[in-house]
Amino acid sequence: MLSQETHPLIEVRDLRKVYSVPGGEVIALDGINLTIEKGQIFGIIGMSGAGKSTLIRCLNKLDTPTEGQVLIEGKNILAMGKKDLLATRRRMAMIFQQFNLLMQKTVARNVRYPLEIAGVPAKQANERVMELLKIVGLEEKANAYPAQLSGGQKQRVAIARALASDPEVLLCDEATSALDPMTTQSILALLQKINQELGITVVLITHEMAVIRQICSKVAILDGGRLVEEGSVDDVFMHTKSAAGRRLFGILPEQEEIPAQPAIRIVFDSTSADQPIISKLVKEIDIEVNILSADVRQLNGKSYGQMMIARPENPVEVKRVMDYLRDAGMTVEEVHS
Amino acid sequence: MTWEKLFPLLWESTLETLYMTFASSLIAYVIGLPLGVLLVITRKGAIMEAPTFNTILGVVINFLRSIPFIIMLALLFPVTRAVVGTAIGTDAIVFPLIISAFPYIARMVEGSLDEVDHGIIEAAQSMGSTNWQIICKVLLPEAVPSLINGAAISITTILAYTAMASAAGGGGLGALAITKGLNLRKFDVMYSASLLLVALVQIITVFGGRITRRLDHKHR
Repeated sequence: MLSQETHPLIEVRDLRKVYSVPGGEVIALDGINLTIEKGQIFGIIGMSGAGKSTLIRCLNKLDTPTEGQVLIEGKNILAMGKKDLLATRRRMAMIFQQFNLLMQKTVARNVRYPLEIAGVPAKQANERVMELLKIVGLEEKANAYPAQLSGGQKQRVAIARALASDPEVLLCDEATSALDPMTTQSILALLQKINQELGITVVLITHEMAVIRQICSKVAILDGGRLVEEGSVDDVFMHTKSAAGRRLFGILPEQEEIPAQPAIRIVFDSTSADQPIISKLVKEIDIEVNILSADVRQLNGKSYGQMMIARPENPVEVKRVMDYLRDAGMTVEEVHS
Repeated sequence: MTWEKLFPLLWESTLETLYMTFASSLIAYVIGLPLGVLLVITRKGAIMEAPTFNTILGVVINFLRSIPFIIMLALLFPVTRAVVGTAIGTDAIVFPLIISAFPYIARMVEGSLDEVDHGIIEAAQSMGSTNWQIICKVLLPEAVPSLINGAAISITTILAYTAMASAAGGGGLGALAITKGLNLRKFDVMYSASLLLVALVQIITVFGGRITRRLDHKHR
């Protein structure tokens, strides 16, 4: 699968998925275009029903899209024959919200399954199984059955099993949504380790902003079957353009999007949030500032956030305020009521 | 009847009952198990989707299942004679037992396989499994406890069918209870044969349950 031309690892083109339901159609995906490069941790976030699960399942053809292409290193997975499809799926492992382990098999047999179906000799397979269990920290559970494990342990087994076929991509379908916050942290840390140490590209879908913030380098926001925003996590977080994005990031609830009075929106980034910027503004420009709303939060150890202040009535004052804030390195915009 | 006379009769009839039950169960499973698998995998949205085939198979199985065993026995007389060589006797009864039991078994197997979480099948697909690997390494092994439990139920049902063997000159405990017990007003024969049938059903049920629990790692 090594190609001379530089194809992105995963490229999605004009993807549409339409389900027929009694009395009509449901458009799950509506013209998705997406590029995922090797080595990224790519997060796809959306509310439930946004189509994110359908999207990730189209990447390995667990779901067949109605239209469009999914290119894996330039090859369209939707046009592949059975043999190529199975080979491609082995390079794109997947983990699930409900873990989907074989309940009647031990942990070791679960992890061995991908090796068995690939015809790896038993001795070699067993050695590999122990290596994999070591990576996920579950060697001592090799002979336990999944029913005896906690949710976090089950997901670790699922990750070990996913790694067994030496995949290049790990698709995570709401992998932490069934876990408590502590366990979520440890699974995310494991995914990050896998990405960094084994060089495996991670594609994850989630409805939790915290997951994106913690490990993703790139993010795409899905809303109503459409990709409404895409870019580096820092960028998208700081310059959230879409309503869905603001809702998900919790920056500005949708009902507050249009303030009751003309306002100025100030976006803080990592360099400015520590400064007592508003008190400086008041002192240096000598105008009254009425704070309408404010929300500053941590992302990757930096401070981000935004604040809404009432717009002064005098246009000259407006300009002075905006100029002052821009000079201080902030993104500022006027918001009309 | 004296115990010395009764015991050999009961012993011989028990062996005949066990022979009819297990021979027909075994062969009915050889036919019914693959059909049960087909019912599940050809369903809409399943791994080898074939809805038309699935519907036809379902209709045929339901048709065969709806014929009462005693009627099936009579209807099949000419076929049994052609296949077995004779339509009467303990050997001959095995054939109609198989024909009556395999559709029932197919449905039992279908029910067991349905209990396997679809997510597990999907995970196997995502790992690049062939359909054959999914059936042999995922679907059937995951359903084993339930299949064993279903087998115990199927076998006891077939055991009950064997009690009607006397209608075609067959042997076994049912025939003993009717021909040498009820018809001759020898109630000790009738009750002892009937009690043995009850005991056999109990033993099979208890064993089936025990094996099911021992093999099941999902609910422990």
